[in-house]
Amino acid sequence: MALLEIRGVSKSFGGVAANVDISFVVEPGEILGLIGPNGAGKTSLFNAIAGEVTPDAGEILLDGARVSGLGPVACAGRGIARTFQVVRSFDSMTVLENVMVGAFSRTASAGAAMKAAEETLEFCGLAPRAARLAWELSPPEKRRLEVARALATQPRLLLLDEMLTGLTPTEAQEGVQLVRAVRDRGITVIMVEHVMEIVLPLVSRAVVLNLGRVLTIGVPGEIVKNPDVIRAYLGDRYAAA
Amino acid sequence: MDNFITRRRRHELLVAAGLLVFAIVAPMFIKDVTTLNVIILSLLFAGLAQAWNILGGYCGQISLGHALYFGMGSYVSTLLYVHAAVPPSLGMFAAAAVGGLAALLVGWPCFRLSGHYYAIATVVVGEIGYLLFLNWDYVGGATGVYIPIARPSLLNLQFGKDKLPYLHLVLAFCAATWLAAWVIEGSRWFYAWRAVKDDVVAARSLGVNIFSSKMAAAAISGAFTGLGGAIYGLYVGYIDPDSVMAGHFSILIALPAVLGGVGTLWGPILGAALLIPMKELSSSYLGGSGRGVDLMLYGAMIVIVALAQPQGVVSLFRRRAHGPA
Amino acid sequence: MTLETILQVAAGGLLMGLIYALVAAGLSLIFGLMDVVNFAHGELMMLAMYAVFVIWDASGLDPMLQLPLVAALLFGTGMVIYRGMIARALSVQFNRGMVQIFVTFGLAIFIRGAAQFVWGGEFRAVNNTLLSGRSWNLGGVYLPLPQLAASVVCLAAFAGLLLISRTEFGKALEATREDRDAVALIGIDRDRIFAMGWGLGAGAVGIAGVMLAGFYYVGPNVGASFALIAYVTVALGGFGSMLGALVAGLLIGEVEAFTAVILEPSLKQIGVFAVYLAVLMFRPRGLFGKL
Repeated sequence: MALLEIRGVSKSFGGVAANVDISFVVEPGEILGLIGPNGAGKTSLFNAIAGEVTPDAGEILLDGARVSGLGPVACAGRGIARTFQVVRSFDSMTVLENVMVGAFSRTASAGAAMKAAEETLEFCGLAPRAARLAWELSPPEKRRLEVARALATQPRLLLLDEMLTGLTPTEAQEGVQLVRAVRDRGITVIMVEHVMEIVLPLVSRAVVLNLGRVLTIGVPGEIVKNPDVIRAYLGDRYAAA
Repeated sequence: MDNFITRRRRHELLVAAGLLVFAIVAPMFIKDVTTLNVIILSLLFAGLAQAWNILGGYCGQISLGHALYFGMGSYVSTLLYVHAAVPPSLGMFAAAAVGGLAALLVGWPCFRLSGHYYAIATVVVGEIGYLLFLNWDYVGGATGVYIPIARPSLLNLQFGKDKLPYLHLVLAFCAATWLAAWVIEGSRWFYAWRAVKDDVVAARSLGVNIFSSKMAAAAISGAFTGLGGAIYGLYVGYIDPDSVMAGHFSILIALPAVLGGVGTLWGPILGAALLIPMKELSSSYLGGSGRGVDLMLYGAMIVIVALAQPQGVVSLFRRRAHGPA
Repeated sequence: MTLETILQVAAGGLLMGLIYALVAAGLSLIFGLMDVVNFAHGELMMLAMYAVFVIWDASGLDPMLQLPLVAALLFGTGMVIYRGMIARALSVQFNRGMVQIFVTFGLAIFIRGAAQFVWGGEFRAVNNTLLSGRSWNLGGVYLPLPQLAASVVCLAAFAGLLLISRTEFGKALEATREDRDAVALIGIDRDRIFAMGWGLGAGAVGIAGVMLAGFYYVGPNVGASFALIAYVTVALGGFGSMLGALVAGLLIGEVEAFTAVILEPSLKQIGVFAVYLAVLMFRPRGLFGKL
């Protein structure tokens, strides 16, 4: 049974259609890429899965139960965690405290939350920075902090929004390793990226969005050869070549 | 479990215990009534600022209407005593309950507003309360209410001309607010509130319910503010809307926390220890002339401290806001 | 109430509402530009009123004729306040909103104290002006000329603010409002724009103060009551919106005028506050607010 099922989701903002009749499934334990050029509707769909926006039509099911329209708090409670395209760290709190906020979604005990947060920081390679204030971290460290914070909610599904974009190749490589490690813990991952080269080597399958619709779904090898995808990304001239 | 957070919290408790012993004993050797009065007011506003800090500092909801909860607290305990003969030692808990309830009632509509919209809405709600009490005859209207003088007793919390028992009463209030803040800092609320303050969208993505977090902070903050109001009414013996509900009281409640260090455990106490004596002394030595020098000093100090130490005076004591580098 | 009374009350509300609108416009302009609520706004108005009083007292120059001078004075004061304290308050890493509120609040107390120090606590009034005591009878509705002149000037000031928004400077202002960081890239000096914004905001409230001085007493606390109405006006209209300030100012003027007649004068503000809270329940960002 699929972990996440998206059924005919549509959403428009002020008359502009961001998502049109989107349907696909996410299998447990996979890393799914959600790619497409700028303005394809990736972040909008992401926000719908995370509960931040309610679709105009269609529904989203987690383990067969509807989660769309429940709001972000309920989605987090059911095991959907996320990071943000523009980093949203809690800047006046220490790194450890940032992660504890996530951990408190599973325990009321400060001791238990602290222990869980410390373990998560260790896992994400941020343990040496635990006592720092979040705003002091470098941009790639802040991305890791967001992942750590999300992981501390013990999610079943982790949504990563352009986690690798804008990183140097070395940093991106470290990010890739972190994502694999997350998957190896049994957490299903959906990654939004608009640069295909970064994400395709990492994912088992990719959903390509264009102009709010699903252009194609497939394994990375098929995606790069698909003329529709090439056209969407590079324009008609390249598709013919 | 031993890390920079648990070590810090143990340390805080030790410092507080030491300070408390000092604050109980030291005033016993002070005979000067003016000095005792300044200490009493400083302790009271330290406690009030600590209460404000829970909503305004930890949770980041800049309430400029706390005079409402303060005033309602004074009125509830006073009127219960005057009209129903409920002793203030019990009435003050009713005052706390009403303060908390009022904060929930205000929060319910106002927490839908964000940033400056929220701040201004709280000013307006406070002003409405002030105007209503001013025009409400049952509560004495503009004339106000006197607290009948009774034989000094612990039940009535009246101690005649002796200031020391009052000092210990407000000290207990101040210590209670501090302890509440300390306990809160070890709970999930502390983390949820600061997450709400820093980034609402990120907070709710981590399962933090924004509205109930704000409401919880408001209830605790309002309850302690109402309690403080009841104690203040007992101390001054007479209340009217201008002395317990006027808008500038809301600022005076928030100010020690802001100047001392907003969202910190020691900031409110430190801020009150600096602000209140300065304010009282300058108004008793310079304010009598009615020439506004005391106001100029008071205003200038707020500006200078806020600009020179934007994170509060408490940051002078700690090079870093939290723990080692 | 007769129709004539209703018209008379409505006219009074309209005249007062325009002044509220202009006071609020200055506040809204500054907020829209840099997210700063100036809690000393009322005190700036009070300063303008005292300036009028001092000049009139010394030279007998009519308030109307002092308008350009006092407006320029306030413009300068606004710029100095920005350069001297607000720029610094904005450079803070955390709690920026709070630092900004209490810095301007401290400034308000300081100005109030200074006014008391210089002019004492008693009320002053400018009288025997060109317009004082005169009124215009419009079909049974009396329009006092000082108030009428004030409304006309307020409308003109609004038009002026609109004109400024069409100029090169206005466009830079708009760009700065849209994206504070990006404007630096296209060669706009953000600090200068902010300072000019403060100058304009203070100048607007200065104009309102000058006109108000023609028919209202001057005292150290006169700013506070107007400021409270101004905050409500701005929040009701929507922070940053000029049109919102105008509409909300007029609405508040009318609500206040009618509450005073229907209930009683001491409750006039309650009506205003109730309308404000009711609107905010449905539009949390005010009537025209986007921010």
